[in-house]
Amino acid sequence: MEKAILQLGALTCPSCMQKIEHAVANQAGVNSVKVLFNASKVKTEYDDQLTSADTLKTAIEQLGYDVQNVKVKAI
Amino acid sequence: MKLLPQLQKHRQTLIVVVGSLIVLATIGQYGLRWQAGYQILMLVASLIGFLPIGLQAWSALRVKVISIDLLVSVAVIGAVMIGENNESAIVTFLFLLGAFLEQKTMEKTRSAIGTLTQMAPAQAILITESGHQTIDIDDVDPGDVMLVKTGGQVPVDGHIVKGSGYVNEASITGEAKPMHKGVGEQVFAGAILDNGTLEVAAEKVGEDTTFGKIIELVEEAQDAKSSVERLIDKFATYYTPIVLVIALIVGLMSRDVRLAITILVLGCPGALVIGVPVANVAGVGQGAKQGILLKGGEVMATFKHVDTFVFDKTGTLTYGRPKVASVKTYGQDEATMLAAVANIERESDHPLGQAIIAYAPAVKQTVTDTQVIQGKGVVANVDAVPYLVGNSALMRQFGVALNQSQQYDLKALQDTGHSVVLVATGAQLQLIIGIKDQLRPEVPESLRQLRQMGAQQLIMLTGDNQVTADQIGLAAGLDTVQGDLLPEAKADYVRQLQAQGHVVAFVGDGINDSPSIARADIGIAMGSGTDVAVETSDVVLIQSNFRQLVVAFGLTKKTVANMQENIGLALATVALLFVGLVLGQVNMGSGMFVHEVSILLVTVNALRLLAPKQKLDDRQLQVADRQLD
Repeated sequence: MEKAILQLGALTCPSCMQKIEHAVANQAGVNSVKVLFNASKVKTEYDDQLTSADTLKTAIEQLGYDVQNVKVKAI
Repeated sequence: MKLLPQLQKHRQTLIVVVGSLIVLATIGQYGLRWQAGYQILMLVASLIGFLPIGLQAWSALRVKVISIDLLVSVAVIGAVMIGENNESAIVTFLFLLGAFLEQKTMEKTRSAIGTLTQMAPAQAILITESGHQTIDIDDVDPGDVMLVKTGGQVPVDGHIVKGSGYVNEASITGEAKPMHKGVGEQVFAGAILDNGTLEVAAEKVGEDTTFGKIIELVEEAQDAKSSVERLIDKFATYYTPIVLVIALIVGLMSRDVRLAITILVLGCPGALVIGVPVANVAGVGQGAKQGILLKGGEVMATFKHVDTFVFDKTGTLTYGRPKVASVKTYGQDEATMLAAVANIERESDHPLGQAIIAYAPAVKQTVTDTQVIQGKGVVANVDAVPYLVGNSALMRQFGVALNQSQQYDLKALQDTGHSVVLVATGAQLQLIIGIKDQLRPEVPESLRQLRQMGAQQLIMLTGDNQVTADQIGLAAGLDTVQGDLLPEAKADYVRQLQAQGHVVAFVGDGINDSPSIARADIGIAMGSGTDVAVETSDVVLIQSNFRQLVVAFGLTKKTVANMQENIGLALATVALLFVGLVLGQVNMGSGMFVHEVSILLVTVNALRLLAPKQKLDDRQLQVADRQLD
């Protein structure tokens, strides 16, 4: 299991939150995802056998949001 | 799909291009009567403007979210199909411009938290066998030893393994005065080393540090929603698809595409969805700027209704550590005497001694022949004058006799709960120093202000004896004072108040009052940015200044009022648009305009919460202090 915190560029519309939440949650191996709207951060826990922080980063970028940095911690 | 990030990046250019095309087209039509060119230019503007909106809508649809972008996209397509190129161009322009302005103003409402985050340490100097190495804070592991130089920031929570210095921990504990720390003592990430050099062994790093937790808490608080907000959110998720369906039905039944697409634009959930969150962000942000952590919308919604404040005594209403309260002088020069006592006490760790050091003027003197007499006090020479500092037993041992008025002073101090230090030179009694934990000077005024703001009952609960408690209660101006209570009994008392229908806030130091803080409707931890306080309480006052409580209560009321104003504004906008639609006065373009204006209006309204607060100046504080003396 790994925990990742992705810092995004400023989020402005509340519907962005839903989009990102859905997109990350739909990835295989993701256990939990929380989008902090005002801090523009995504906190997620996932099975590192099934997916990776990079995969999640790409999924978010494909929605049109830029990912500024990623912190990964094993849990 | 690589196109979307690119478009986002150049959004400003897009807005300018679309705007210019609209202006050009209008000039072409009215100035040159060039009808075909007008239509073409407007069509090009629509298409360019549509590109980012349509892509956003599509990317949302792919993850099964129906977003506002979709409503606008369908409306734009519809308008182009019926040949209303000008309408569609104006709608895309306003929508893009609105989104851009929203982002800018929103960044402002979030600026307070940004300032806090920037205060977090970013780099650290790692001590390795081969020397010093500057590394990113994320690469520090617990157990690493870090070097902190004068003026530098402590990068981790840990303890000092080498060196000493004056550490300013204002960002964590609110204590503005730098404290001297040496080997074995605890330091916190975010603290500033005023002077000295430290080697610190890391125990907690990054988000696990107390400072990291404070930041995390504020970040989460800005998103923490009240029940009203959750209701609005739920409403919004169903609302958008419903608008789409209604527009479709209206379009099919009336065969009026124009009406259908106007409904789509008017139906965009705007101010209603954004109004409450921006007020929340601004309120939480303003609090954080002033060292007040409010844990989000729900907390503020409840805090606003508090009618009963329950206080702990020690460390909350009082300083929580002994202070010199009274000095009786029988000799000539009180200041010199006090300075001498302070110099003697500098060599000990006695808490009463620390109180005298803090109170006395600093004068350089030479202390020699110091001798501690267990259980009685200290004997020493200061600049070759022999001093006795201690209790009455010490005075008796060295044959210092107290006359009647001195004995009266001594008894009076002891009866009012003071600890007493006697000072003599030779056989002559010079000073009686009364020391006790004192009421914070700002408490009576602050309590009065709380009452003005709607607090009906002010209660103090303490483990201290009833006599001491009553004295404090009288001086502070409390309604009820209850002494001799254990922590569980305090929590029970809070429960009883709640059973009587009161909304109760408990204010304590956040450590030994956790049961009451957890029990109360609003738990407020004061003057300690410790992990426990941050986690268990609803409101944390980082600075140990009682006025912060008044500021927090006021800010809460203002923020909740701001949210209500924003809901009002949003509903008024919807009503206005609906009436306009029925009367046939609103079309797609003007509808979008009103919609964007209402969003900016609620955001700007929320920004009012971030206006700088007037600070009490030092003179006012001094006046308050003197009045208390």
